[in-house]
Amino acid sequence: MSTLAEAPRDQFQTDANRTATDDVRRLAVRRALSNYQTARNRTGATFTDWKSARSAAATIKHEAVNHLDKYLEEFERKFTARGGKVFWASNSEQARNYILELAAARGVRSIVKSKAMTGEEIHLNPALLAAGYGVVESDLGEYIQQLKGEAPYHFVFPCMHLRRDEISDLFEKELGTAKTDNPEELTMIARRVLRRAYIDADMGISGGNFIVADTGMVSITENEGNARLTVGIPKIHVALIGIEKVVPCLGDLALLLPMLATAGTGQHLTGYNSMYGGPRQPGETDGPEEFHVVLLDNHRTRLLADPEQRDALHCIRCGACLNVCPIFKNIGGHTYGTTYQGPIGSVITPHFRGLQDWKHLSGASSLCGACTETCPVGIDIHHHLLRNRRNAVQEKPAPSESLVWKMFAFLMRRPALYKFASRFAPLGSMLHPLIERTALDPVRAWTDTRDFPSAPLRSFRSQFKAHQAQKAAAISQKGGAK
Amino acid sequence: MRVTLFVPCFIDSLYPNVGMSMVRVLERLGHTVEFPEDQTCCGQPPFNSGYWEEARSVARKQLAVFQNAEIILSGSGSCGAMFKVFYPELFHGLPEEAAAKAHAAKTWEFSEFLVNKLGVKDLGARFDGRATFHDGCHGLRELGTKQAPRELLEHVKGLELVEMGEAETCCGFGGTFAVKYPQISTAMAEVKCNSIRETQADYVISNDSSCLMQIGGWLNRNVGSVKCLHLAEVLASR
Repeated sequence: MSTLAEAPRDQFQTDANRTATDDVRRLAVRRALSNYQTARNRTGATFTDWKSARSAAATIKHEAVNHLDKYLEEFERKFTARGGKVFWASNSEQARNYILELAAARGVRSIVKSKAMTGEEIHLNPALLAAGYGVVESDLGEYIQQLKGEAPYHFVFPCMHLRRDEISDLFEKELGTAKTDNPEELTMIARRVLRRAYIDADMGISGGNFIVADTGMVSITENEGNARLTVGIPKIHVALIGIEKVVPCLGDLALLLPMLATAGTGQHLTGYNSMYGGPRQPGETDGPEEFHVVLLDNHRTRLLADPEQRDALHCIRCGACLNVCPIFKNIGGHTYGTTYQGPIGSVITPHFRGLQDWKHLSGASSLCGACTETCPVGIDIHHHLLRNRRNAVQEKPAPSESLVWKMFAFLMRRPALYKFASRFAPLGSMLHPLIERTALDPVRAWTDTRDFPSAPLRSFRSQFKAHQAQKAAAISQKGGAK
Repeated sequence: MRVTLFVPCFIDSLYPNVGMSMVRVLERLGHTVEFPEDQTCCGQPPFNSGYWEEARSVARKQLAVFQNAEIILSGSGSCGAMFKVFYPELFHGLPEEAAAKAHAAKTWEFSEFLVNKLGVKDLGARFDGRATFHDGCHGLRELGTKQAPRELLEHVKGLELVEMGEAETCCGFGGTFAVKYPQISTAMAEVKCNSIRETQADYVISNDSSCLMQIGGWLNRNVGSVKCLHLAEVLASR
């Protein structure tokens, strides 16, 4: 990734120049996602009616998102009744400080963390490391990315871009282990390090896939069992979760868990689906002594206030929209320069981090709609990209582009002028080769990599006119012959 | 039936044969084809760029031009989607909303009109060659057009139709996206064109000339052997 000082848009364009031509990486990502698609199609087909399931899931999330206050407070009530603690964080800083202060107050030394995109969002690890805590990511993919010093490439498959030999080399360099091509051996290497980390840690930090209001529980879905160890062994558990993750009742998970698994990984259900309802209760023999839930707003309420795009809060972070996105497949996750990559990230990041700084992500889409089609909770993803573009222009039009579209509209409102101008298209086509792919070429962004069609001498208009005249002549001739 | 053609600006100038092929097909079926001279552009370029006010001013013009049409037939799924899906959103809550909805309701994409409005699948066309069909995303996902063009092509004598892998993947055109993010757009074209080449087809057919401009542009520059044709051109062949 490029340096922080660079404006997000420049970073995006520069990185896209590189990644869009990185044939090896593009092929690896496409192969991985083609396997995903096969699994997903197979699992999706086992739903009696995927479309109805999707609209039922959307209805659940709609209800929750439109009554966040009610359901979050219900969760808080039930969860605290069992001894859990809830902290409402308005922004990243509040969330980070709460966790840092808690760690300091309890004399924490080392921390183990299971996968949490909210952690990436608030830059939790750098803050913990700066404060002197050891932090180990326990999800295998996240652990690999942590060793590599890289952000997750994809918010569900953090190291999907890496080949096995690259992981082996990384382990050799960072852990001193022998080279291996065997995935089981690679996993065992990580497992040995991670088992130690669970035992040493005084604090376990997790995310959460759902917050269940009626039972006051946090639902965590995973495939490696690492989250169970992360939250179960250390004496303090902190779950950092976005406020939009709440659902009204436990029964809702009967639909949402299989949908998350199907859309996310193509599984019927993920390997482990656990519900956490509070710290260790009297008489229980295991579990953390303290359980804190940090409910993170961090501008989610800004999105909530936008009735057009509020449904973006339905997102269950399955990553399906990334998996089908032809942009993601060609530029990869890091190019986005943001925590939430891909189509949904391009919708929400401008709301979370500022429209003017991040509007380019909404622009960098062909609007093909594959994301919207695949979304298991029915978010109108690609149309929201259009709405972000509109909002960005309304807020602050770009002077040069504004002029272009004003001139365009001026021309297109005047058919006579338009017809006159389009008569020059064939001449333009004849002259174009003289300047093609030079600095003078007005369509160089196109012609650098693709041929531009040349305009035939006669437009449709003129051909149709001649055709009509011919028909009229034929009819009058027939009439005359009678 | 009286059919009013909407011939998108770039088809008018760059691909006139597509429009003329539509005329031939419709006239052979006995329909009256008209082309209001005052039509220009659907307004999608400024709309997609976020300049909705400018898009509206262009769209208002088209609403007026097509006010008395019974059927508006678009030779491009993308411009068809602009009329059918985005005009109502563009004028949502404005005085023209009803007109935009009426305009949307009478707009048809070419293949959908033939198959689902007229109930015609066999146009007596003959075209010799091996071809693959590319779904334009706006036609496919905004309008739900998937089977109609295939049903029409299956009845073309001499044509061997083969499906490409990842047929529903975008070609990377995306309007102004193609020049604002040319590196991504080109990478997408490359992937699409490789899927096309794997079919060993001689022709790639689509119901959207804008996709064909992208696909043809990449193929001509890099391969040169696969030809692009609009569905109407194939259906008009004898």
